[in-house]
Amino acid sequence: MTNDAALRRTPLYEQHVELGAKVVPFAGWEMPVTYEGIREEHSAVRRHAGMFDVSHMGQVEVEGPGALAFLQRVLSNDVGEVHVGGAQYSVLCNEDGGVIDDLFAYRLGGDRYLVVTNAANHETDLAWLGRQSREFDALVRDVADRYAMLAVQGPHARDVVARALRIELPPRFHVAHVQIGRRPALACGTGYTGEDGVELLLDPEVATPIWAELLDAGVVPCGLGARDTLRLEVCYPLHGNELSPERNPIEAGLGWCCKEETGFIGSEAIARARAEGTAEKLVAFKIEGQGIPREGNPVMRGGGDEQIGAVTSGTFSPSLEVGAGMAYVRSELAEVGTEIEIDVRGKRRPARIASKPLYAKRS
Amino acid sequence: MAPGSSEGTYPDDLRYHEEHDWARVEGDQATLGITWYAQDSLGEVVFFDPPEVGATIQKDSSYAEVESVKAVSDVIAPLSGEIVEVNDVLQDAPEKVNEDPYGEGWLVKVRLTAPEEAETLLGVQEYRKMLDR
Repeated sequence: MTNDAALRRTPLYEQHVELGAKVVPFAGWEMPVTYEGIREEHSAVRRHAGMFDVSHMGQVEVEGPGALAFLQRVLSNDVGEVHVGGAQYSVLCNEDGGVIDDLFAYRLGGDRYLVVTNAANHETDLAWLGRQSREFDALVRDVADRYAMLAVQGPHARDVVARALRIELPPRFHVAHVQIGRRPALACGTGYTGEDGVELLLDPEVATPIWAELLDAGVVPCGLGARDTLRLEVCYPLHGNELSPERNPIEAGLGWCCKEETGFIGSEAIARARAEGTAEKLVAFKIEGQGIPREGNPVMRGGGDEQIGAVTSGTFSPSLEVGAGMAYVRSELAEVGTEIEIDVRGKRRPARIASKPLYAKRS
Repeated sequence: MAPGSSEGTYPDDLRYHEEHDWARVEGDQATLGITWYAQDSLGEVVFFDPPEVGATIQKDSSYAEVESVKAVSDVIAPLSGEIVEVNDVLQDAPEKVNEDPYGEGWLVKVRLTAPEEAETLLGVQEYRKMLDR
């Protein structure tokens, strides 16, 4: 990693500026936080289709006869269950079971996989994967520069993308080799919003015309602001907030993607945490009344002066129209329905632990 | 939109504070709010946390908070005084701060304790010049 403090720009930077986006530094990149307003973008994704430039995310290719054995060793989920064309969520853990990153792995071919990393962790992940791969017959390659990445999300996202780009899209949690802008590309049935949709990994050289085509097709450009409120409403964890090398996936509620029997790095610590329980648990909560919780706010026992946890992410939820968030609290007080108070800059805001997700589509 | 872009509106009859607040002074009372630039920088206002009626506010100090989905912003008092009224409309319709920052989106009314402070505030030309810098 270079020590260059200069911020990087995605291939779509000029498009964001042209659309009047508010651009902010994020994980070393200049990224659009909003175009027309977070609430509007949020609701476009809940009701129709929105697109996010997520080209800041990293991609790492793992290839070779030992690729599966290697990924089984570093990823928490059972990678052996993934067929060619499949996708799977995992955490990448250290020996103590702490979460280095959370990521999707896509099986592109028999012994070829692609993992998509969080921008802020890409270099760390790459170094970790490189180091761990030495005992395996597998090559780890940084391919982040090969792809621009667009997440198109919302109930109409698939239809609009399939029609506008004339491609066939894979089902949810699958990946397909497609042609976008006459170049090889990947279409992934994944996302970070709780809505149906796709993530497109395309040649950076065609990113601009494809963005324009999707805009013409009525897809609403959305920034990182809406990406955050959308993922928070459906309680998807964000590395750096809910997940960190100091937290294990059990306390984060990610035990479902940990298959300790595969013997991955960190599995012993995670098996122990699962068996013994953890001191704290990640919960979702809603404010009852006024106030907007923010990251770092202390969580207090309802009606008391005892701090029982801290907020990891908090916002005004555009769908619920109330302050809401996630927090780590003492496990014995983590029951759904428990009355708590959030200390928002000195003001106690009554809240209640809620079931996850905070927002679920009405059927 | 570039910061300081001139598309915002700034009425002539108001006095402005460098922290992007305005005051409409009428005798020994003043109505206070945030400027077009302030609301545009903040984004859609989703919550206004007002001071209590009767509270004392101090020029250049924070007296309230406005929040957008992503950010919290302190509201700085352009003048010193005692709160005589808060805009209750904002409890249910905080977006008025964006839609009409100098009208329905006013924040509080104060009885001024140092009316002479108004002379230290900026006129509209000076405030616009500051935004363009």
